[in-house]
Amino acid sequence: MHKITMKAAMAACFLFGATMTTTVANSAEMMSFPKKDWSWQGVFGTYDRGQLQRGLQAYKSVCAACHGLKFIAFRNLTDLGYSAAEIKDFAKTIEVTNKEPNDEGEIFKRPGRTDDYFPDPFPNKQAARAGNNGAFPPDLSLVVESRVGGADYLYALLTGYSEPPKGVKLGEGMSYNKAFPGHQIAMPPPLADGAVEYKDGTKPTVAQIATDVTAFLAWASEPNMEARKSMGIKVMLFLFAFLFVLIGMKRRTWANVH
Amino acid sequence: MEKQNFDNKVIQWVDDRLPVFSYMNHEYNEFPMPKNLNYFWNFGALATIVLVTMIVTGIVLAMQYTPHTTLAFDSVERIMRDVNYGWLMRYIHANGGSMFFIVVYIHIFRGLYYGSYKAPRELIWMLGVVILLLMMGTAFMGYVLPWGQMSYWGAQVITDFFTAIPFVGEAITTWLRGDFVIDNATLNRFFSLHYLLPFVIVGVVAFHVMALHVTGSNNPDGIDIKDPQDTVPFNPYFTAKDSVGIGAFLIVWAAFVFFAPNFLGHPDNYIEAQPLSTPAHIVPEWYFLPFYAILRSITFDIWFLEAKLLGVIAMGASIMILFILPWLDTSKVRSARYRPLFRLFFWVLLVDCVILGIVGAKSPNDLVISGVEWFEYKTLGLLATIYYFGHFLVLIPIIGKIETPKPLPTSISKPVTGGGGSAPAGSASAAKKEKA
Repeated sequence: MHKITMKAAMAACFLFGATMTTTVANSAEMMSFPKKDWSWQGVFGTYDRGQLQRGLQAYKSVCAACHGLKFIAFRNLTDLGYSAAEIKDFAKTIEVTNKEPNDEGEIFKRPGRTDDYFPDPFPNKQAARAGNNGAFPPDLSLVVESRVGGADYLYALLTGYSEPPKGVKLGEGMSYNKAFPGHQIAMPPPLADGAVEYKDGTKPTVAQIATDVTAFLAWASEPNMEARKSMGIKVMLFLFAFLFVLIGMKRRTWANVH
Repeated sequence: MEKQNFDNKVIQWVDDRLPVFSYMNHEYNEFPMPKNLNYFWNFGALATIVLVTMIVTGIVLAMQYTPHTTLAFDSVERIMRDVNYGWLMRYIHANGGSMFFIVVYIHIFRGLYYGSYKAPRELIWMLGVVILLLMMGTAFMGYVLPWGQMSYWGAQVITDFFTAIPFVGEAITTWLRGDFVIDNATLNRFFSLHYLLPFVIVGVVAFHVMALHVTGSNNPDGIDIKDPQDTVPFNPYFTAKDSVGIGAFLIVWAAFVFFAPNFLGHPDNYIEAQPLSTPAHIVPEWYFLPFYAILRSITFDIWFLEAKLLGVIAMGASIMILFILPWLDTSKVRSARYRPLFRLFFWVLLVDCVILGIVGAKSPNDLVISGVEWFEYKTLGLLATIYYFGHFLVLIPIIGKIETPKPLPTSISKPVTGGGGSAPAGSASAAKKEKA
């Protein structure tokens, strides 16, 4: 009987933890977004290199005009499957501001190098607001990690533009977006069919570009995810084997105790 | 403590001068443990494992972290992206905070269920409450360090409690923050204290264990050890049993670290602190939710005492009350196994704490049942808070007086015999027997 009570208690404690965490998760989730099948989901999920490369292309040609990506250096793009030479060439196409002044004491611009980070599109927050009708375009390095709903939210946002429903009055320069909290967003619809010309020949529909950019930004939020999961599988295999050994050891030790 | 004789001459030489080997042998090798302990007695060992892991990963993280408002957030991201296995260290540490509280809460409820707080273990229990308080302080300050939105606004809300103190509240708050607002001075001192407090916890844990080794462990039957047959030596029996618990626990921890590292966190904390933009909902970490619910449950002034001050007092009292629990409980029977009425209310208390946790996560004005206008979460919170205090202040003293405990076994090695065991002197059933 005692064993049963104990198991019930164990179950109750577990339930306690589970309810707590789901409540937190639920209460944070003010809106829910359609769940998309992302390649990196699940224990064995990995990023789709083709998707990431298309996403980078879309980020560079569409998003980068207003949004920074300050935690990503060009060298990180090896994760996307590019060679060192390709990254070197890619970096050259982006103009960056040198951190140190030159011999004349002037800060100067130069083509990027592999160890440079993606440059911010605006020199400061005020300039960013001034150029965007008072709204500040956030840095996208952590956008997937820092939004409730993550990738599903971002995809829903990018594809969520429409004419406002009857009776909804939008502020000046605002757009209607069904995924955005409050439904009024300062960012005009960023994507259009054919907004990017994909190098791999994929048809650039809005849904396609949104998927690719979301995948790319999910990677940018957590570039070490694949390393984490692959280590996790090994750790888990070890821990289960280890637990098995420990249980055997314990049983043996206790065999003659009554 | 008896001196041991060791075969190894070097060990003997050291032990004659500094008896660490005798001590270890006495306290962790041959130390007698009740042989009927169940797996709930693992959680002390688990908490020790978490504490050590937190200190080790914390020290490593501190080598890369920069406690400055302009650099803290970036330095954490650098740890996540550029430092070798920095992501691993940080995820172990961040999830370790949650694991610590899960383990400690189970440890506390185990103590409540089996009456481990009762004589002669009152001081062990009180030291445990001190550890809980230190843990809460450490966890709160640690959460501020990444300088995300929840870090900043959490610090804002918590330090704001102190403004509730009459007359000197503002001055104390400014003094604690080190500035008129939460700023670099606040971040710096939180970092300093977050580094210090874990070592204070280690010290109090040492006292906690020292006091435990005077009385020995309580056990599921809650009866005293009568003869050596009731016990087994700590090693190998409990080193083996604790190892099983540790193995299982590591699987749970690793599952979070590797497969759901941000599940217990809040997405807003991946946005750098913005002093001018308040998040839609400021929510503490899950382990503070029941206390947060108690804090917010009092929404009315009583006489000259403002609601805010009363909320802070209630929240403080919800933990302080644990200090006097050993004297509130009027029953001499320890284990809930032999206290049917107490056992029932133990489970009600556990459910009450879960309800408080849920209330803490909701907006106070949300409806518990849609359509029932008067039943808001803050109302549920108030009811649950009243019940929480009622449990300790009213039910616990009364239950001990009116309950008839089941007969206790005569000893751990001899389970209940037909005639029933004797209840300890002074318990309700013993009193009845005397009358009869």
